[in-house]
Amino acid sequence: MSQNAPLALELRHVTKVFGNIVANDDVEMDLRRGEVLAILGENGSGKTTLMNMISGIYHPDSGEIFIGGEHVTIASPKDAFHHGIGMVHQHFKLVDLFTATENIVLGIKKEKFNIKKSAEKVAAIAERYGFVLDPNKKIYEMSVSEKQTVEIIKVLYRGADILILDEPTAVLTPQETEKLFNVIRRMRDDGKSIMIITHKLHEVMAISDRVAVLRKGKHIATVETASTTVNELTEMMVGQRVSLNIKREKLENTEDRLTVSNLNLVSYEGVKILDDVSFTAKSGEILGIAGVAGSGQRELLEIIAGLQSPTDGEIRYLDPQTRQNVDLRSKTPMQIRDLGVRLSFVPEDRLGMGLVGNMDIIDNMMLRSYRKGKTVFVDRQPPKALADKIIDSLQVVTPSAKTAVRKLSGGNVQKVLVGREIAAAPTVLMAAYPVRGLDINSSYMIYNLLNEQKENGVAVIFVGEDLDVLLELCDRILVVCAGRVTGILDGRTAKKEEVGLLMTKAKGGDDHGE
Amino acid sequence: MGQILNFLIRAVLQGTPLLYGATGEIITEKAGNLNLGIPGIMYVGAISGVMGGFFYNEAVKESVLSFSPVLALLIPFLSCLAGSLLASLIYSFLTITLRANQNVTGLALTTFGVGFGNFFGGSLIKLTGSATPYLSLAKISKVYQSFLPFGSKNGFMVYLAVILAVVAAYMIRRTRLGLQLRAVGESPATADAAGINVTRYKYAATCIGGMIAGLGGLYFIMDYSNGIWQDGGFGDRGWLAIAIVIFAIWRPELAIPGSYLFGGLYILYNRLNVSMQYQPLFQLLPYAVTILVLIIVSVRKKRENQPPASLGLSYFREDR
Amino acid sequence: MANEPAVRHAKEREPLVTISRRKNMPFWTRMCIRVGAGLVALILCGVITILVTGDNPFSIYYTMFLGAFGTADDIWFTFQNVVMLLGVAVALTPAFRMKFWNTGGEGQVLIGALATAMCMLSLGGKLSEGSLIAVTLVASLLSGALWGFIPALFKAQFKTNETLFTLMMNYVAIYLIKFFIELTDQSGSHTVGPSLLSHGWLPSLFGKPYLLNILVIGVLTVFMYVYLNYSKHGYEISVVGESENTARYIGINVKKVIIRTMILSGAICGLVGFLLVAGTSHSIDENIAEGRGFTAIMVSWLAKFDPLVMVVTSLLIVFMQRGADKISTNFDINSSFADILTGIIIFFIIGCEFFINYELHFRKKSAKEVQ
Repeated sequence: MSQNAPLALELRHVTKVFGNIVANDDVEMDLRRGEVLAILGENGSGKTTLMNMISGIYHPDSGEIFIGGEHVTIASPKDAFHHGIGMVHQHFKLVDLFTATENIVLGIKKEKFNIKKSAEKVAAIAERYGFVLDPNKKIYEMSVSEKQTVEIIKVLYRGADILILDEPTAVLTPQETEKLFNVIRRMRDDGKSIMIITHKLHEVMAISDRVAVLRKGKHIATVETASTTVNELTEMMVGQRVSLNIKREKLENTEDRLTVSNLNLVSYEGVKILDDVSFTAKSGEILGIAGVAGSGQRELLEIIAGLQSPTDGEIRYLDPQTRQNVDLRSKTPMQIRDLGVRLSFVPEDRLGMGLVGNMDIIDNMMLRSYRKGKTVFVDRQPPKALADKIIDSLQVVTPSAKTAVRKLSGGNVQKVLVGREIAAAPTVLMAAYPVRGLDINSSYMIYNLLNEQKENGVAVIFVGEDLDVLLELCDRILVVCAGRVTGILDGRTAKKEEVGLLMTKAKGGDDHGE
Repeated sequence: MGQILNFLIRAVLQGTPLLYGATGEIITEKAGNLNLGIPGIMYVGAISGVMGGFFYNEAVKESVLSFSPVLALLIPFLSCLAGSLLASLIYSFLTITLRANQNVTGLALTTFGVGFGNFFGGSLIKLTGSATPYLSLAKISKVYQSFLPFGSKNGFMVYLAVILAVVAAYMIRRTRLGLQLRAVGESPATADAAGINVTRYKYAATCIGGMIAGLGGLYFIMDYSNGIWQDGGFGDRGWLAIAIVIFAIWRPELAIPGSYLFGGLYILYNRLNVSMQYQPLFQLLPYAVTILVLIIVSVRKKRENQPPASLGLSYFREDR
Repeated sequence: MANEPAVRHAKEREPLVTISRRKNMPFWTRMCIRVGAGLVALILCGVITILVTGDNPFSIYYTMFLGAFGTADDIWFTFQNVVMLLGVAVALTPAFRMKFWNTGGEGQVLIGALATAMCMLSLGGKLSEGSLIAVTLVASLLSGALWGFIPALFKAQFKTNETLFTLMMNYVAIYLIKFFIELTDQSGSHTVGPSLLSHGWLPSLFGKPYLLNILVIGVLTVFMYVYLNYSKHGYEISVVGESENTARYIGINVKKVIIRTMILSGAICGLVGFLLVAGTSHSIDENIAEGRGFTAIMVSWLAKFDPLVMVVTSLLIVFMQRGADKISTNFDINSSFADILTGIIIFFIIGCEFFINYELHFRKKSAKEVQ
């Protein structure tokens, strides 16, 4: 692409603040006509917020947006459409019962209603850019990749010139990804401007003309893809190591508590979620798991906890009391819990897994233990004592133990969840994103809790987002990328760039040919 | 042969109020609103028409107005539409704007509507000062029955019911309006994201559906019952209409044969030479058949035959 | 050029009122809103009554009060009505807590009543009174349970829509009773009365009518309160109602809970049918439940599914009905007047929940974004 291609979109000094978190800080960016611009950044670097402002879902607190050189205000997704901007979200908005065409024309008022004609137009668009799509197929009969195609054509049908794709490859198989990239190239050659959000470096190198790197809400740089390297991009993405002063003891007498070997999981769609994963978790040690979101962390933990079953592989657990080596795959989730293997997963919406929003803290404490005791009645004394203890020791801000969890703030919900799992005196504690959205003090409180557990001889598995925390808290760091273990590093000596590189080193790179 | 034909005609006449109710409820449910107030709305529609007719009659009696067939037709018809519209608005405002529970609101509306019908019906009967427990609007009824030059005994509302069902079927399946209506009922969040005004669609569907259902009540009085209002005379026909919606798997075109079938079942015991004792078993049949259809549809899991996905749920944009 | 209208649009489109879910509201504020809505409804009902009767408002409220509590007999009758309504509401509540919309209470009561009448008719005189009552009781419980079990089974196995299923089951029960009456009653009165159902009557305690019914439902209400709030079953019901996914996550057998709860719900409805026939009217017709299966849904919902609060809400509804009945007899107006007033009150109380659950923000200077 020529350096002097006219600009399709310009962002000037765009800032957006949520509460006391600065999601985007004075961002300057531009998009040329007929180019693919990759937006690169870790989780929480502000990519999605920025894209939502362009597509009219959020409104910038300050700063200006220019389209085709003219200053515009984008107050709603409708406005974005008027300006030829179309966004394809990660979560599809489609009516399952409708055909592709019916979904595509839904809400269009300008043209005459004629499904047959529209279907022809859809087929023409598909043909032009090389999509494979039956316009009359119903959504509920479609694969994820077909649904994504519908979403993209929906945007094109409305005449969008600027397309924003939010992590489009996260749900695709490598073959489907390759197809999508071909389509993107054809759209670019047709003069469309495409912004693609991703954190997979090899994809950035494969598809983009330029790369804009965001880190902690700031725009670091925009570079020509051809003149940069993976290492340079990684450095820009992760930045310098920051010292956090989290204490880290080195414990002797550790033993292998949990051994995972050759674990595989293939999704219903045929996507490899976990690819030959093997590792050991030791007692008295924190094993960190680093990786961009959606690399298989959640599935891995759920398989260990017995909530999902893997396609194949083995999980063995050394029971510290009986000294027996147990096969966890033959156990039910309840039995696994009773063995002392505990999972606390903090999902993005915080509720939904492991907590019931409309119940109070006490009732949530007994969610898994209510069956205890021989009577038909539940015994609320122990959970009440536990609730009070957690509220007290973790400084949960709540009117009382009888307050519905839904009414607590996010950080306090997390303390309740993590506190409950720790209180069960586990032998293996798996904590996924336990500090998601917490302020500094609460985060440190959670780190201390995990350290305490480790010192008590618990094997802690910590899934985190912040590399600095992983590097300071964990004894060893397991790095995953697209369901594969790309390295196991010593937390005391690992370099940040090293972890960053491993996180983005997906299959199809230098070590594996396809 | 003549007997069978006669029976079929009677089945159609018996099925016509059900068809109005079912068509109205289908339109409503397609927007995701399960309006259990339909039986009440049909009562309100009936009594509103009766009141319109009654006061017109009084005006004629006192020579304020002269009797004109057009007015005799229009006044009850429009009063019926106005009454059912108001009743539907109560339901719409509570469930759509105030997001109240649809089941509770609907049942309350049925209690209210049946009470409203019987109260004003009873009051009108008392106003006439006659000793009979019913009210007769024979003159107006004649207009309704003989408005069309053909079909002697079948008034125009028998045909109107079919026309409305066919138009509704066409609209739902073939027009942009129908597509957007179905989108609202299937996935209001998706419809909202596509720029469709969910609230407006829900209001419109519920009110139009309610008005069509109300016409069923009007037909029952003015045509089927020869203009005679009797308290509670409409019976459980409103619930049968809701049963037909299930039986017709939410398609107005199937509601036509469905209504006539249910109408036929309602009077079948008359035809078959069985003792009166077994009448209730025949009246039970439509409901049993409906349950069977409901079961078969859910066991077969064919996506196209399921109730609208958001049926019974309020939509709140911020909950997305 | 192109952007100018869009900019103006944006300003115009800022809605005047935005609505958001309320996080928390103090107990007393909530109560004030509900009581306030009730008062507004009562005033409106009063105004309507004045328009209809022409009487002054205070005498109307006084008449209503007399209707419900005027004489000792009135009081007993009012309480009998309250407990029967309460009984059905209590029966439906576990299903509602599970978000199983059981609109089939009417049918479950009726089928219990039918089983009771059939036992009394066929076994009356053949068994001792005590054992007849026991057999009748069991039969009513079982038949009610069956009426709850059938839709629950299909809901659990095939996700069959339970609202519509239970609704249809009501009419199956109604016509079965009509059929029973046709077969049994030769007089053409459309009821099967005390002369045929002469055995298996529940005793009246201390010579007080309905006292046994009141006691039974009283115990049942307390039982249900304890069951829902303090038993493991009740806990499971709440979890299933809140989130089926969470329930599965922690190893609850959701299908089993749905079926078990609906059997309980149906059985208690059947018991109410038993009390209506064996303990109250000693006769049966298809109106014996008097629509309580439907009214109870509102009673339970208005009480936010708390059995103890239902004592108040069912009293409120019965008071309205009895009072309006009195007005209609006193002023010689149609008895359906009560239904209109009940409807209005329920509309107001349903509507006021909106102001408890949601907050209205009126646009001030620059509206802040939602999210």
